[in-house]
Amino acid sequence: MKQVLAREADAGRAKSNLFTAAHGRLPGCGPVAHIRARAFEAYERAGLPHRRIEAWKYTDLCALIGEVLPLAPRPDAAALVRAKSSVMQAAADQAVKLVLVDGIFAPELSDVGSLENGIDVRSLREILENPANSAMAGLVLSTTTDAMISLNAAMATDGLVITIAEGSAIKRPIQIVHVATSLSVSDFTRSYLQLGKGAHAAVVETFVAADGASRYQTNDAIIVLVGDEASLSYIRVAADAADAVNLSSGIIVVGTRASLNLFSMTCSGSIGRYQGFVTLAGEGSRLSANGVNLIREKQHADTTIVVDHAGPHCISRNKFHAVVDDCGRSVFQGQVVVRPASQKTEAALMTRALLLSDQAEADNKPELEILADDVTCGHGSTSGALDTSLIFYLRARGLSEKDAQALLIRAFIGEPIEEIPAGNLREFVTARAEHWLRAR
Amino acid sequence: MALLEVRDLHAGMDEREILRGFDLTVNAGEVHAIMGPNGSGKTTLSHIISGKPGYQVSAGQILFNDEDLLAMEPEERAGKGIFLAFQYPVEIPGVTTMNFLRTALNAQRKARGQKEFSTPDFLKRAREIAKSLNIPQGMLKRGFNVGFSGGEKKRNEILQMALFESSLCILDEIDSGLDIDALRIVSNSINALRSPERAMIVITHYRRLLDYIAPDFVHVMSKGRVRKRGGRELALELEACGYAQFEGAA
Repeated sequence: MKQVLAREADAGRAKSNLFTAAHGRLPGCGPVAHIRARAFEAYERAGLPHRRIEAWKYTDLCALIGEVLPLAPRPDAAALVRAKSSVMQAAADQAVKLVLVDGIFAPELSDVGSLENGIDVRSLREILENPANSAMAGLVLSTTTDAMISLNAAMATDGLVITIAEGSAIKRPIQIVHVATSLSVSDFTRSYLQLGKGAHAAVVETFVAADGASRYQTNDAIIVLVGDEASLSYIRVAADAADAVNLSSGIIVVGTRASLNLFSMTCSGSIGRYQGFVTLAGEGSRLSANGVNLIREKQHADTTIVVDHAGPHCISRNKFHAVVDDCGRSVFQGQVVVRPASQKTEAALMTRALLLSDQAEADNKPELEILADDVTCGHGSTSGALDTSLIFYLRARGLSEKDAQALLIRAFIGEPIEEIPAGNLREFVTARAEHWLRAR
Repeated sequence: MALLEVRDLHAGMDEREILRGFDLTVNAGEVHAIMGPNGSGKTTLSHIISGKPGYQVSAGQILFNDEDLLAMEPEERAGKGIFLAFQYPVEIPGVTTMNFLRTALNAQRKARGQKEFSTPDFLKRAREIAKSLNIPQGMLKRGFNVGFSGGEKKRNEILQMALFESSLCILDEIDSGLDIDALRIVSNSINALRSPERAMIVITHYRRLLDYIAPDFVHVMSKGRVRKRGGRELALELEACGYAQFEGAA
């Protein structure tokens, strides 16, 4: 056993010291360099997550990827040109685009000139490079016990720091587009989004690849603070290159009487994990956390949502559906923790998987940890194949078998997608899902 | 040329023979009633005509407009004009009735080489037919059959029958699960769809339905084949004598 553990830990450690190799290219010195060094030490102590870490049991990075690839080079003019067409394709209707290419903010591809009043956008690099911003740098680069978040803090090359002023009602969605343009490299981005008291906004984060980009590894993290009485729709769509690895984390705190509508969809990539850690910190806040994994071939997609009910009278609803074809594997872990003082909590967690082939696999793990005694909480999980009686009914009505399957799959994933507030972003997600269905 | 011709059909499932030499000829404009006790093979016949997978046909043939129906997929049969009104219509959560109807109608029109309906034209047509069948417009916006009563589901089947303009409609125990009022409404709707171009096969246990839908021919099935044929008076005879007289027939 000790030997196995040691082997797994060894595999997790960078084969070349990533941090040392990238040191000269990482922004920030003094306190920032210190934060990074401590974060990298934390990562090295833990190594790449493996199956003996409960939270990573089904997504054993030691076995799946083995090592973290070297840092991507700074994008040159040619990379920016290649990224541009991917950005155009990824753009949501009416959205204000903020583009990161290989982990570096690209203002020339972004709509920085059309930001509405009340929004302030700065690049993380700009903040880290100014010693006067060390407090802010510490906030943005904060870590948890998760090794991937620690590695992200150590290696973040750039990202966005977005603040939305108190009371602002932002009309157009803000879209953060991550574009990878390289081969066999890693990119690390760290962003920060803060909504002031009573502010309202919608943010979509999209991961895409430019032509020729493959086998890259993305490690992204975002810290989101939803102020008291504010509301945020936060949509995440991972549509990476077929052989890419995407590890994304969200650390989200929701204030008093605030609301968050969170949606995550993974519809491409080789290995993907989105882990969202949401704390309902104030009284009477609401969370609607939903998602869809659309998996085929040998893809592996993991969505892990941890909801911490830290305040009383909060409501969380979590609905996650997976469609798995071929030899794909979908993982959903949903954990709801209700702290002792969080009385009158309402929490519901439901996960469903649709398996389209005999080799497809879905691992669903809903968990409730209830430490208060006056709560209404429930969870459920189902897995199954398409109903043959439904398929026959539809075929008897003139639909081909493939069209009948598509109609039923569309209905299946439509349920969590409909939790996205009606409008451009719901249409954007629907269009992405349709793209996946058409490619079947 | 007959619209539908079933010749000496032998078929079953899991090596169990259910139909044992079934014959039937249906011409355009005719209404045929198929009656028989449980397990006689009535629903199996409807499934095989509409192409449900899982059955094995060991002998015989089914011709539809002189084409070999058994060589066609279920969706091709629908496109050719065969409609099966299910005894237990399915529920499809997440698909609105209107969306389902439009998708199915256009799939069939495409198969027939007809122009697909635009959304406004389709909506107009579907609403008109729904109104004629006393189907509330609100039902069309709901999930397909989700939360519908038995009567609503059967009316939804009849709505499709009218919308798709199929030439052969097989009604598999359309009377099951209906109260007297719903039965009258559904039967009146079916009668309204009788035409010289359209044939119907009405599968039922009971004469009651045939009081509303007067058949041209009645066929009594038992143990996988037709034991007796006649006019609508045969249904009255069955009501008096029951199916027992056919149960012992080899």
